[in-house]
Amino acid sequence: MQWEAVIGLEVHVQLATQSKIFSGASTAFGAEANTQACAIDLGLPGVLPVVNEQAVAMAVKFGLAVNSKISTRSVFERKNYFYPDLPKGYQTSQMAEPIVGPGWLDLTLDEQTTKHVRIHHAHLEEDAGKSLHEDFHGMTGIDLNRAGTPLLEIVSEPDMHSAKEAVAYLKAIHAIVTYLGISDGNMAEGSMRCDANVSVRPKGQTTLGTRCEIKNVNSFRFVEKAINYEIQRQIELIEEGGRVIQQTRLYDADLDETRAMRSKEEANDYRYFPCPDLLPVVLDEAYIQHLQAQLPELPSQKQTRFIEMLGLSAYDASVLSASRALADYFEQVYQVCQDAKAAANWVMGELSARLNRDGLEIQDSPVSSTQLGQLIQRILDNTINGKAAKQVFATLWAQEGQSADEIIAAQGLKQVTDTGAIEAIIDEVLAKNTAQVEQYKAAEVDKRGKMMGFFVGQVMKASKGTANPQAVNQLLADKLAALLD
Amino acid sequence: MLESSVLESSLTELAQGLQTRQFTSVELTQALLARIDKLNPHLNAFISVSDQESALAQAAAADQRLAQGQATPLTGLPLAHKDIFCTQGMRTSCGSKMLENFVPPYNATVVERLAAAGMVNLGKTNLDEFAMGSSNENSYYGTVKNPWDLQAVPGGSSGGSAAAVAASLVPAATGTDTGGSIRQPAAFCGITGLKPTYGRVSRWGMVAYASSLDQGGPMAHSAQDCAVLLNAMAGFDPKDSTCVQRAVPDYCATLAANLDGLKIGLPKEYFGEGLHADVAAALEEAIKVYESLGASICEVSLPHTHLAIPAYYVIAPAEASSNLSRYDGVRFGHRCQDPQDLEDLYKRSRQEGFGAEVKRRILIGTYALSEGFYDAYYRKAQQIRRLIQQDFLNAFNEVDVLMGPTAPTPAFDLGANTQDPVQMYLEDVYTIAINLAGVPALSLPAGRSGTRPIGLQVIGNHFEEARLLNVAHQFQQVTTWHQARPQLAF
Repeated sequence: MQWEAVIGLEVHVQLATQSKIFSGASTAFGAEANTQACAIDLGLPGVLPVVNEQAVAMAVKFGLAVNSKISTRSVFERKNYFYPDLPKGYQTSQMAEPIVGPGWLDLTLDEQTTKHVRIHHAHLEEDAGKSLHEDFHGMTGIDLNRAGTPLLEIVSEPDMHSAKEAVAYLKAIHAIVTYLGISDGNMAEGSMRCDANVSVRPKGQTTLGTRCEIKNVNSFRFVEKAINYEIQRQIELIEEGGRVIQQTRLYDADLDETRAMRSKEEANDYRYFPCPDLLPVVLDEAYIQHLQAQLPELPSQKQTRFIEMLGLSAYDASVLSASRALADYFEQVYQVCQDAKAAANWVMGELSARLNRDGLEIQDSPVSSTQLGQLIQRILDNTINGKAAKQVFATLWAQEGQSADEIIAAQGLKQVTDTGAIEAIIDEVLAKNTAQVEQYKAAEVDKRGKMMGFFVGQVMKASKGTANPQAVNQLLADKLAALLD
Repeated sequence: MLESSVLESSLTELAQGLQTRQFTSVELTQALLARIDKLNPHLNAFISVSDQESALAQAAAADQRLAQGQATPLTGLPLAHKDIFCTQGMRTSCGSKMLENFVPPYNATVVERLAAAGMVNLGKTNLDEFAMGSSNENSYYGTVKNPWDLQAVPGGSSGGSAAAVAASLVPAATGTDTGGSIRQPAAFCGITGLKPTYGRVSRWGMVAYASSLDQGGPMAHSAQDCAVLLNAMAGFDPKDSTCVQRAVPDYCATLAANLDGLKIGLPKEYFGEGLHADVAAALEEAIKVYESLGASICEVSLPHTHLAIPAYYVIAPAEASSNLSRYDGVRFGHRCQDPQDLEDLYKRSRQEGFGAEVKRRILIGTYALSEGFYDAYYRKAQQIRRLIQQDFLNAFNEVDVLMGPTAPTPAFDLGANTQDPVQMYLEDVYTIAINLAGVPALSLPAGRSGTRPIGLQVIGNHFEEARLLNVAHQFQQVTTWHQARPQLAF
């Protein structure tokens, strides 16, 4: 049987506010345990929450960026459950009336394929603290620094059908929140976390299968692996005559598998009700317009501009606009060299390969955008050829602080374009290889092209790679033709 | 040492004594601490009494302000806070074993403002646990006695505050009112107590029972005293999102206005079955006084009154069940001995830390919010709440104020209702709707049944505290109920 997976994602984005969503305590990551939790975060008796206006503005900006309807009235509710790192015994969240209503995103999967994913809603809520089970000799330590950190939970419709689509969606969300500057998007520090709802059904069936929720997957790679595992698990289960049980599962990256955490029957009744300590958040149109005007160019807009103004392909444009840092780098390279295609090729090719190899982010590239732009300039103005350019790039990567021109000069890589000099080398090569010249003369016309490659190689070698390949080809062809006469 | 007759003066009279240098704040403070020392063991109105050193230091600072001419009308006057207002460095128990060891690192805004005005804090008064109760019998720290009759309850939940003021242990105290907790004990103890409009007084640092209903207010002998206190207590607080950003009038400025043409509505639902004959008679007398002051009287209807208690006992417990979840034994408050695991820690800490009435309301509230019951209970109760609110708004289209009994009976005997929670809930039949509507109301003494005082309730439209205080003050200009003091035989 042909199976179709149905996937919806809940993405938790930590908002980059200075202070917490309902208190003035700092949100900085990595402080000593419980030093960034004030009386409100600790849930002491008598304290009251006050909404952080910054968090509201960030949520609205996100909503505007994903074509959502912004709610002019949204309501904070209490989600009640007991847990040691949940100080008040409830999480303040939004349920029936979230701040961001339905929206959508178009993803570019490859040169030919785009994917439309609908967003169900996004809501504001506070994060809980952390329970630390190690280092406390059988007891549990509670760190409440994270308690009250603002989160935006973005809930998609079940519109995705493969792990690849889910990852593309997650990357698009990541790009948007980092472009907007509303989150640092740092998945390793938990600034972005993802729950995936996965079900399978026979292809062509319209009703949904029973879903499982995979909790807290913290990297693009793990999202892909966890979803693929879960799809396979459900298909095998059904094909063996079993039945998928609605449950929450955890992904174990070490074993690359998901494991049952709790079933629906064991699920909490959260007893949601409107938080009586907070008034509904009421926004007027002018405020929403004001935030709309502050939006930066978004990934999809940048992508369109790269295609229409710079002539890039859809795929190149989507790769280069996926992160603001990469797009900025590319645009700076382009500013220096003034050739978008060459800039795109270098950034997506040589530079990305090196970054991947060394496990570096674009921000940490040892070759600056100016250095790379200048290098490309030297290719375009024929100062160096492509082969020498790779050598210059390798040197730029390894030794910081030099310019491309300095390396070209120091390593003598300046391209020889002087026809007299090249002719002299050609003459020398032809004189040294009389046997090959005779073979060339005797060969069939259609074989000569291939034999010519031998002479080009010899000439380039003799010039230590600096001879202009076009000039070599032209002059050599002329010389050999003359010998035939 | 100041004489009893001086100590039994009203807040306003004591203020005059301080301002005319008849006595100092230190002298007054010393005398009242001595009186508390002597009388409190019989009344149990205080859970914690301020240590002499700290109280006298505040009094000395107040005397300095008075001497330098930098005093406010409240500078140097002693008061007590209901033990549900957080006091920095001073235990705040909420009448519960759960918070027996809780010392807040901050002051409630009300505490802060009254301290800034120069008042001297003499201690924390007894209350029903977490403000849940109508007799003060639900306190972990023991029952409070009504100074007018030691066999009677003082009312609740602000019973300690009411008893402390009635017995002149302090000339004023703060209270909180979620369903009648300022007004009913004020009525039972023969003092004046005001529940302001919801949002008029900051709730910051006032430990929550039912957040959408809780409101702090003043308790003292007279309406004039309450006006001076409310001047300092009311006003916007950025730390409380439900506090209203609206100018605070001078509540003293309008006290003297005459009541010519005042339209008083008597809700017919407040004079029906279950109203004690003595209370009905006292009200009739009071109405006559108002007529003589130039007011006109008419009957009005608040048709959803009978739904107030059921709606309240869904909404208040629902909010309470969530508000009291933080008492889990993890970070502060009572923690059971040697918990076996997390669930044991939760269960035993809460089982041991909370009293029966608190547990009852947590269970009711949890049930009302549960999946499958929410629409039938919580949502329905909120709909009723809007109807009740509309009842009041409709009535205030016709009349200026509403009047009726504060409680259906005078103070009942200790132990009379402890076996029957529903009978106890019915004690709040005339006060609860006011909290659901969010409007202000006060209770003032207007008669007695034997030795036990009777309260008249005056209800106003939103933010009309000034009118309520004016209406009460004018009554107190021509009557003496508020000047009566209980005979204390010890």
